[in-house]
Amino acid sequence: MTPSSDHLARISRRRLLTTGVAAAAGLGGLTVASRLAQRYGLMPPDHRGILGVGETLTYAAQRLLANHSLAREFPRGMISKTPYANRVKPAAKLFKNTPASVLADWQLTVTGMVAHPGTYSLSDIKRLPFRSQITEVACEEGWSFIAEWIGTPLAEFLQEVGISPRARYVVYASLDPDWWDSVDMADALHPQTLLTWGMNDGDLPVAFGGPLRMRISRQLGYKSVKYVDRLVVTDTLKGFGKGLGSVQPEHGYTWYAGI
Amino acid sequence: MTFPSATSVRLQEDPLRRGETASAVAGGLRHSLVVRVTHWISAIACFALLFSGAGIVTAHPRFYWGEVGTLKDPPAFTLPVPSSRKLVPTRYGFVLPDYNGGFRKLHFEAAWALVLTGLVYASTSLWTGHFKRDLFPERQHTNWRALREAVLKGFARARADGSGSESYNAAQRFAYLTVIFVLAPLLVWTGLALSPAFDAAFPAGVAALGGRQTARTLHLLVSGSLLVFVVGHIAMVILAGFKDRMRAMITGRAPRSAKRI
Repeated sequence: MTPSSDHLARISRRRLLTTGVAAAAGLGGLTVASRLAQRYGLMPPDHRGILGVGETLTYAAQRLLANHSLAREFPRGMISKTPYANRVKPAAKLFKNTPASVLADWQLTVTGMVAHPGTYSLSDIKRLPFRSQITEVACEEGWSFIAEWIGTPLAEFLQEVGISPRARYVVYASLDPDWWDSVDMADALHPQTLLTWGMNDGDLPVAFGGPLRMRISRQLGYKSVKYVDRLVVTDTLKGFGKGLGSVQPEHGYTWYAGI
Repeated sequence: MTFPSATSVRLQEDPLRRGETASAVAGGLRHSLVVRVTHWISAIACFALLFSGAGIVTAHPRFYWGEVGTLKDPPAFTLPVPSSRKLVPTRYGFVLPDYNGGFRKLHFEAAWALVLTGLVYASTSLWTGHFKRDLFPERQHTNWRALREAVLKGFARARADGSGSESYNAAQRFAYLTVIFVLAPLLVWTGLALSPAFDAAFPAGVAALGGRQTARTLHLLVSGSLLVFVVGHIAMVILAGFKDRMRAMITGRAPRSAKRI
């Protein structure tokens, strides 16, 4: 009996010690990891709270491992015959009090950390190099469709207005007062991030976000804000709404929607 | 011709040898510390995933095959549940409250917890030989009789004399192996295929499944299999002696008193 209980005591003492050391190392590691993550831009603006951990892990993992990957593009034959425009807020209601001239002469106002802030017309934007891509829109609800999206890469436009090297986010807002969002520079400068003004060989229909929609190809549909009329280039998301980077976290959704 | 199974003969004829032949871990514990901790984290994560997954599904309870599908396309099938979105036609005259954002956060957080826990479990199990010793079937497990006996009679005996409580029986091995090596990897794969950023990085993952909507439908169906396992698992635990089995999974100790008469 004695040897065995002595043996047990020794084991439990050793186990207690190793458990303590492991716990301390784990806590220290977590603190260091979160400092490093902050420093290298791996923390989403809405990372706080117990449910922010999952989003932070997803965002950090994808930024570390797949920062420059391209969204899938499809052959022309796979373009959906029945694209679906979710009526988040019926466009007719939204545009009821909007003068027709606003729609006809759409303008995009750029402010923040840019060399040439100001208001750019849709034709100014269309004069820049454009890109056409056949990609899928996936909604958080579960449905998806494929369409051809034609637009000016945001990167081209940002180069035109001259962004500061200290810029970390691009905030973009809709004519719809309850819809604005932001992306980090990895997505802002991504070649498939388009200031979209065309769809399936024609103008972008109002139901799909026309005259101007931001398409973020590697994230869920709700990041692709419709009726974009304002851009702000910034190094901090504090002061925009509740400082969570997007209106979506204020409704319970995550800022990062690459999942 | 009926013979008692090899396990029960071996266990019953020489109780003193039981510790060295069939014990799950050294020291007479039924479940090692790693197995117990990872079991309970996984259990909580699975419950959170099934619960939040059910919530997420109500946003669009229609399922499609292939790459795309919207309210304008005919679904392969529609779950007979109400929806949390006004625009989705259902047979119900009401719309559920919409907590999709919260469900999604919980879903992905629990998915991370389950995957990380699963990696700890799998790597330690390879290291300690838990897979080989306790999960991969031995010869006496690989026949229908052993499986049937385990399901029909094994629990009654386990309750009466405690035999078989040091290792998993044929039915358990089959069920646990299926969950660990088939259902869990399939759920991770079909789940990741629903991530637009992951699809950008690894397009072959979603292509091999046959498209985004097929991945979503498979994710639902495999989740259904996991739900069947969870219900069966809990039912078996209750049948085999709820208190003893819970004590074993919490403290690691199998009941030993008055079982060898």
